[in-house]
Amino acid sequence: MKGGGLLRSYAVLYLLFLYAPIILLPLFAFNSGTIIAFPLRGFTTDWFAQMWGNATLRRALFNSLTIAVSASVLATCLGIFAARASTRFNFPGKGGMMGFIMLPMVLPEIIVAMSLLVVLLGAGIKLSILTVIVGHTLMCMPYAIAVLSTAFSSLDKSLEEAAYDLGETKWSAFRLITLPLVMPGIVSSLLISFTISLDEFIIAFFLAGNEPTLPTYIFSQLRFPKQIPMIMALGTVLVALSIVLLAMGEYFRRRGNARMGSSASGGLL
Amino acid sequence: MAFLKIDREARQGYSLIAPPFLYSVLVLAAPLITILIYSFFFYKTGYSSLEPGFTLQNYQELWADPIFRAIMQRSLWVSGLVTVVTVALAFPVAYYVSFVVAPERKALWLFLITIPFWTSYLIRVFLWKVIMEQNGVINSVLVGTGIVENPVTMLRSVGAIVMTLAHAYAPFAILPIFVALEKIDRSLLEAGRDLGESRLMTFWRVTLPLAMPGVIAAVLIVFIPTVGDYVTPELIGGGRIPMVANFIQTQMLGLDNRPLGSAMSVSAMLAVAVVSAIFLILNRKFLKVRQ
Repeated sequence: MKGGGLLRSYAVLYLLFLYAPIILLPLFAFNSGTIIAFPLRGFTTDWFAQMWGNATLRRALFNSLTIAVSASVLATCLGIFAARASTRFNFPGKGGMMGFIMLPMVLPEIIVAMSLLVVLLGAGIKLSILTVIVGHTLMCMPYAIAVLSTAFSSLDKSLEEAAYDLGETKWSAFRLITLPLVMPGIVSSLLISFTISLDEFIIAFFLAGNEPTLPTYIFSQLRFPKQIPMIMALGTVLVALSIVLLAMGEYFRRRGNARMGSSASGGLL
Repeated sequence: MAFLKIDREARQGYSLIAPPFLYSVLVLAAPLITILIYSFFFYKTGYSSLEPGFTLQNYQELWADPIFRAIMQRSLWVSGLVTVVTVALAFPVAYYVSFVVAPERKALWLFLITIPFWTSYLIRVFLWKVIMEQNGVINSVLVGTGIVENPVTMLRSVGAIVMTLAHAYAPFAILPIFVALEKIDRSLLEAGRDLGESRLMTFWRVTLPLAMPGVIAAVLIVFIPTVGDYVTPELIGGGRIPMVANFIQTQMLGLDNRPLGSAMSVSAMLAVAVVSAIFLILNRKFLKVRQ
């Protein structure tokens, strides 16, 4: 195809642009120089050791994991309801209600964070990781629904009807037939919500009170040049973790598609 | 009987959608209504005293403030620029993946494009700072190879912010355009060329108009969140080029002026909504003319 070569080189260059920061990350994480600049000095794993020994960081990690696990489970549970409602039933006002639930996907996060903060302060609720979980669940829900809707919409309705005909109740049919079929979608929704929550900064920054989360801790440390190499090491671990989680999510999504006999197409969004 | 059946289906639908919808009402709608009320019914008079009663003072004060006007204008301008750059850079990639890449490899390409998006946003932004610093990656290459003598200053500029955000929002632009391109019936393009159009004219008269819904989605999905971006102006702009989110943060966490902070958020949302609406209207006109 004429012009394909030019387009191809552009696309490869663009990928390079997308990956440039991520490629640099491990270079600086294993570099023994204390300044983040070229030329690189030598190889070291000190920064990883320093990261491991940092108590505040461990606390931030624990907080972030607690938040991410809770928010992803809550968002996925709520998402299952919405995905099932939108793919299986027709009712007046469905579009508007679904649109409203999906709104956080496009709303600037600062607006969500600041309006939630005003309400929480007004109601006299103490800021803690609980309040962050509430905010993150809201932010993760649209992504969970997007993933789950794909899983639910490729579900064959006649399988459930067959179960009813064979005497299963609504709940047992859901548990025995529907749930196993959409399970890959659920796993991939959990993973995606987990990744989003683990990385979310603004809402945690506004709603966590004095509790550090990983992103707010990283943000507070970026001001101190001495801490940067350790943050690079932390970043390397986080990037590796996200890639593993995403590859797993993608694997489950494809397996789900294969199980329902449709072809694997489309991305994670 | 049919009526009853529809009714039953609707009831089931409502009871299913109720938990997530109520959650959104509680955690999203209620707070948004609250800041609306705060901005219109309270005015901060002293250190910790709020005066209740309907007032437009917050908005008057805000829009009379040249600093706020400048920041709002800059936020919209920077986001507009980011949107144009991001969509323009992304379109050829989406086109390539949709039209040139073999069908069985499309999923892999999309996966490769989305991976960077899922890695820590903060660290990605910070690494752009490392790349563009005085002794950063670009400068060490430029100085090292003797292309320039003295390091080039790149940070603390609108260009640097645009570059970083164009990177951060890349998948948001590529995916909707890709989806729109995928939907185009390939036989239309063949028809265009059979009727004697050149490749370029076919693209201009057939592909581009059909891809427009994807482009519009990409524009909105990039423009709206970037107006409220906090991290990039802070890290890349070095606090010297604040955008509206940085201003809101200072009012809320720094000065604890909730009514004014609320008025700012409402104004920002309104400004974004107006710009988006103008864009949609212009676009509809443009498409009509083309038809």
